[in-house]
Amino acid sequence: MTANNPSASGPASTSRLAPEPRANVPETPLAQMPEPRRSRGGRFLAKRAGFYLLTAWVALTINFFVPRAMPGDPAQTLALQITRQTGTTLSPEVLQSIRNLYGDPNQNLFEQYWNYLGSIFTLDFGLSVSRYPVPVLELILGALPWTLFLVGVSTLVAWLVGTSLGIIVGHRPGSRLDLWLTPISQFFSSMPSFWVALLTLWVFSLTLGLFPSSGGYSPNVPFQINNVWFLLSVFRYATLPILTGVFVGFSGWLFAMRNMMVTTISEDFVTLARAKGISERRVIFRYAARNAMLPNITGLASSIGGIIGGVVLTEIVFTYPDMGYLLFQAITTKDYPLMQAIFLMIVLAVLVANFIADSLYVLLDPRTREV
Amino acid sequence: MDRLLRNPKVVIGLAILAFFVLVAIFGPWLISALGLNPRAVDDGAIATPPSADHWLGTNNTGQDLFAQLVVGARGSVVVGALAGTIATVMAVAVGTTSGYLGGTADRTINAIVNVLMTLPGFALLFIIAGYVQNAGYILIALVIGLLGWPGGARSIRAQTLSLRNRDFTSALRTTGESTWRIILVEVIPHLGGVISAMFLSALVGGIFAESSLAFLGLGDTSGITWGTMIAQAQSSGAILRGQWWYFLPPGLCIAIIGFATALINFGLDEITNPKLNSSLAARTRRFNADLARANGRKVTA
Repeated sequence: MTANNPSASGPASTSRLAPEPRANVPETPLAQMPEPRRSRGGRFLAKRAGFYLLTAWVALTINFFVPRAMPGDPAQTLALQITRQTGTTLSPEVLQSIRNLYGDPNQNLFEQYWNYLGSIFTLDFGLSVSRYPVPVLELILGALPWTLFLVGVSTLVAWLVGTSLGIIVGHRPGSRLDLWLTPISQFFSSMPSFWVALLTLWVFSLTLGLFPSSGGYSPNVPFQINNVWFLLSVFRYATLPILTGVFVGFSGWLFAMRNMMVTTISEDFVTLARAKGISERRVIFRYAARNAMLPNITGLASSIGGIIGGVVLTEIVFTYPDMGYLLFQAITTKDYPLMQAIFLMIVLAVLVANFIADSLYVLLDPRTREV
Repeated sequence: MDRLLRNPKVVIGLAILAFFVLVAIFGPWLISALGLNPRAVDDGAIATPPSADHWLGTNNTGQDLFAQLVVGARGSVVVGALAGTIATVMAVAVGTTSGYLGGTADRTINAIVNVLMTLPGFALLFIIAGYVQNAGYILIALVIGLLGWPGGARSIRAQTLSLRNRDFTSALRTTGESTWRIILVEVIPHLGGVISAMFLSALVGGIFAESSLAFLGLGDTSGITWGTMIAQAQSSGAILRGQWWYFLPPGLCIAIIGFATALINFGLDEITNPKLNSSLAARTRRFNADLARANGRKVTA
């Protein structure tokens, strides 16, 4: 046992995910590969795409059956609700579009299903009840940029913070930093996201008065995308929501990166790199972290979809003009068309993000091209 | 089991969970024994900070928040336990069946599980709960439980697959033991540890899901849970008025319970994958350093 090799006395390495660094592997001639690389990756992605289409179809079908499984006639309730709220009688076309989406006792289930799919594929999600007669699609498209901005920035920052801390903590498991930071960040991530949002709002906005408490931009500047003051106000108003997202989100990345790092750092190729006398910094970043990071990179892509669900709750606290607040309004006003469309949008976002993650995996990990 | 109880993380986590379960069981009786009532209105104390009369202060209608917190523990834990039980039973039933039967049954079930795992659970939760008007907490627990099993089913399936190829199960198969008897009497008891860890996570997941739904306005508004407490604090503007004693404690309770499960899972990871054991790693490094000093060499790591 060599003294300058801490991993040698560790348990036998069960190599699960960590391969030798690609830089050290001689290129295999193409002729020796079982099949050309591109087609392997292509077939894998085609299979995944098929799977996501199947999943999307399941979501559409659930969305079809849920209102029809409820007692009563949701379509009738909806029509009455609109009439009561607006005082106008609905035209036959609007009524039929509601019937397509929420059930029609005069049609059998297959006809209903066919008409429902027709409505969805022509992006006819109906008219919003709470803001009648604005089409649901218009409300969604208005909220979408805010959601993408917020989710994108907070996920990226959380990922950067979590992954870098994970490298630092994971390359020396059991260090004092590891024994403190890892459990503390676990505690942070155990907090309900909307509750952290309440705390942030209370501390930074109401007690310290540093940031505005609600909205997405300053009401005192014109709503122009090319106006510097408008953009500055957008960043100012987004600070607290982003802070909340980072606070809740970073520890998952930290934990995943730490565990991958701990596993990778005791692999033979890292030991070899150290034995060659390569500087510790280079061993950590170019050898260990580079290999350990793979799950975190693909995880980043797939999580962006999933995080939309979590962000939904925090944005209610900040009355931010994105999908989360829209969903909250839809639920409190029983605006079923809006609720349905948000549901389908979230599913779509998750599926697209998952597919991007799969593509990244094929791109980054040579092993997926050979299996 | 022995190793489990020697891991300090697992022990601390279990102790925290046990404390909250005890509060959920006996807390409400204790509250009435103290002469408190979570719904009683104290006109003399509207939205007051913590005091000797009201340990955690009162809300905007003068209800005692300490009493609400304790009674809410029962609400939250009941929803979590019910949802966790449903999810665990489903996960075990589906996972063992799929893993043990193999073949077409396994492929079909696996495809369904994969689809359900890819669908965002929270979105499914709000779309179903949104249509169910004025759902009671039992119905909410049912919805949470029925949506929460696919992840567990997948890991149970993986465990079953390895048990299926062990000698003792193939021996039983050759003696003509029926498939269901092997699953029920041999396979499931062997998965006891995994199943109980899964139940704990599902319980806490249920508490989280319930509080999220309540916050969205989809909870059982007549019941008291930590989730409805936070939702009421938010809707009555407790933050704008700086009533920290209203929204702080229930969220903290949820966070502590979540932390306890994280600790338990962390400990289990360390037991199953010794590389992740930080105290072991620290000891290894100290040992290596000592050895290095004894050999008169420098340590690089």
